[in-house]
Amino acid sequence: MQPGLYHILFLSTALFFIGVYGFLTRRNLITMLMSIELILNSVNLNFIAFNKYLWPNQMDGLFFTLFIIAIAAAEAAVAIAIIINLYRSHNSIDVENAEDLKY
Amino acid sequence: MNEFFILMKQELAVTAIIFLLLFIKIGKGIQHSSLLSLVQFLLLINFGAGFFFNQSGWLFGDMYQTTPLIVFQKNILSLGVYLISLLCADWLKKTEHLPEFFMLMLSALLGMFLMISSGNLLIFYLALELATIPVAAMANFDLHKKRSSEGAMKMILSSAFSSGILLFGISLIYGITGTLSFALIPGQLDGSTLQLLAFVFLLSAFAFKLSIVPFHLWTADVYEGSPIAVTSFLSVISKGAIAFIFITILYKVFQPMGEVWYNMLVILAVITMVIGNLFAIRQQNIKRFLAFSSIAQVGFILVGMSSGSEVGITAVVYFVLIYVFSNLAAFGVAAVITEQSGKENIDDYKGLYKTNPFLCWILALALFSLAGIPPTAGFFGKLFLITAGATKASFIFITIAALNMIVSLYYYLRVIRAAFMDKNENPISAIKLSPSVKLGLIICGAGIVLVGLLSWMYDYIHSLSL
Repeated sequence: MQPGLYHILFLSTALFFIGVYGFLTRRNLITMLMSIELILNSVNLNFIAFNKYLWPNQMDGLFFTLFIIAIAAAEAAVAIAIIINLYRSHNSIDVENAEDLKY
Repeated sequence: MNEFFILMKQELAVTAIIFLLLFIKIGKGIQHSSLLSLVQFLLLINFGAGFFFNQSGWLFGDMYQTTPLIVFQKNILSLGVYLISLLCADWLKKTEHLPEFFMLMLSALLGMFLMISSGNLLIFYLALELATIPVAAMANFDLHKKRSSEGAMKMILSSAFSSGILLFGISLIYGITGTLSFALIPGQLDGSTLQLLAFVFLLSAFAFKLSIVPFHLWTADVYEGSPIAVTSFLSVISKGAIAFIFITILYKVFQPMGEVWYNMLVILAVITMVIGNLFAIRQQNIKRFLAFSSIAQVGFILVGMSSGSEVGITAVVYFVLIYVFSNLAAFGVAAVITEQSGKENIDDYKGLYKTNPFLCWILALALFSLAGIPPTAGFFGKLFLITAGATKASFIFITIAALNMIVSLYYYLRVIRAAFMDKNENPISAIKLSPSVKLGLIICGAGIVLVGLLSWMYDYIHSLSL
């Protein structure tokens, strides 16, 4: 059976919500960052699927995917730099330990 | 080719300053105080240059557009950055990495310029990321402070998460319409369920960036943790930029779904104003207090935005102009006091009038303007926002907004009472202001008074937004 648009959309939506769930429940900063990457990858899948099945004569979706990959790398670089700095001052990358700022 | 330079003049100017700083950084380097004066001068030129050769036009197909209104909005942002470079001069001189700080701040400003001008969701997304990632790096600028790195961590994670949500919404819109251009999307929208879902994703991402209430939890922490120059940048410049593009997206791209987003904006505005005000009442730290007050101000911006006509655009742009002056004045006073005495609590401001009358008057002017008391410009800003909101004639909503203004008076006056009336055994000692800080505070004070009194200002913005 050829995979159709619905299969891919199901996969990407599942991936998106797995990412959201991971972001909200995990307490390790690196894992939270990985959850965000899952969300971004689900968006990539969406764009490519829409481009292939619905709008095959244009390239907008493919270009958008390329840009998302590049920006995700930049974002991860800044986030990891901040996490390393946080580790230097807190000696931990668990969000539960970064709790100075509260109501 | 000529058109390219004229239409993109502000972006090119900011890029030139960034490259100049880069060359200074990799070259021998110059003294921080002279570098700071140089940057202040260049930012002033950048602000002034915005007034000449205004044209409207499109570049790169439909990617980049500019109109006199967009140029005016960019001018407001450049003015804000210039004022920040004046007001936070004491802190900036002390920091080890001055060129890097301005490089990050100006890259974020460049991102905001491109974002306001964007005519396509692709360039919009890229510019939005350019406007947020450097700010997260800036929030971590006090490298050795625990709170600074905690605030930066919260900022980068929540902004990355919100841009993920934004992207999911954009991908659904692409699937529905097959285009990313702002001009072509509205023709394809008819309000189906999938389009509603996509719109909710986009709206929640904007709500994250604008710190509208159910999505505001990162705001106060990031504001308190980061250095005060970054806090003022976040609360004034980035909020203004996001508000401008949010209007464009709502009014142009989602124009066929006007009824839907009107209802959503009403609910969000009411809870934003109420929660922002209630939390501001109980804050002790001045930065946290200003954070929650800025959340409440965003609620008022949403009231104006909900009108859906050019009156709404005018009211929001006018309010943001006033908000730049009044919020930066408040942050400027807080920055001076924090820098000189290390004190950030409202209780420490007791008896400030005895020792620092000038700072006290500027603070009072700024807070009166934020609260919306008549002689100051803030009153006119709020008046036009609420008038714009009233064009849709839902008077319960307008009444709630007006009642919230009364609540906000309580906590703004609490700070003023602490500064003017309360006695204190050892108040903050008299502070000698450096010339640039004094200039910045005077510009802010003059702006707070004059923008309200000069009525042609509103008419001018209105003529631009038609």
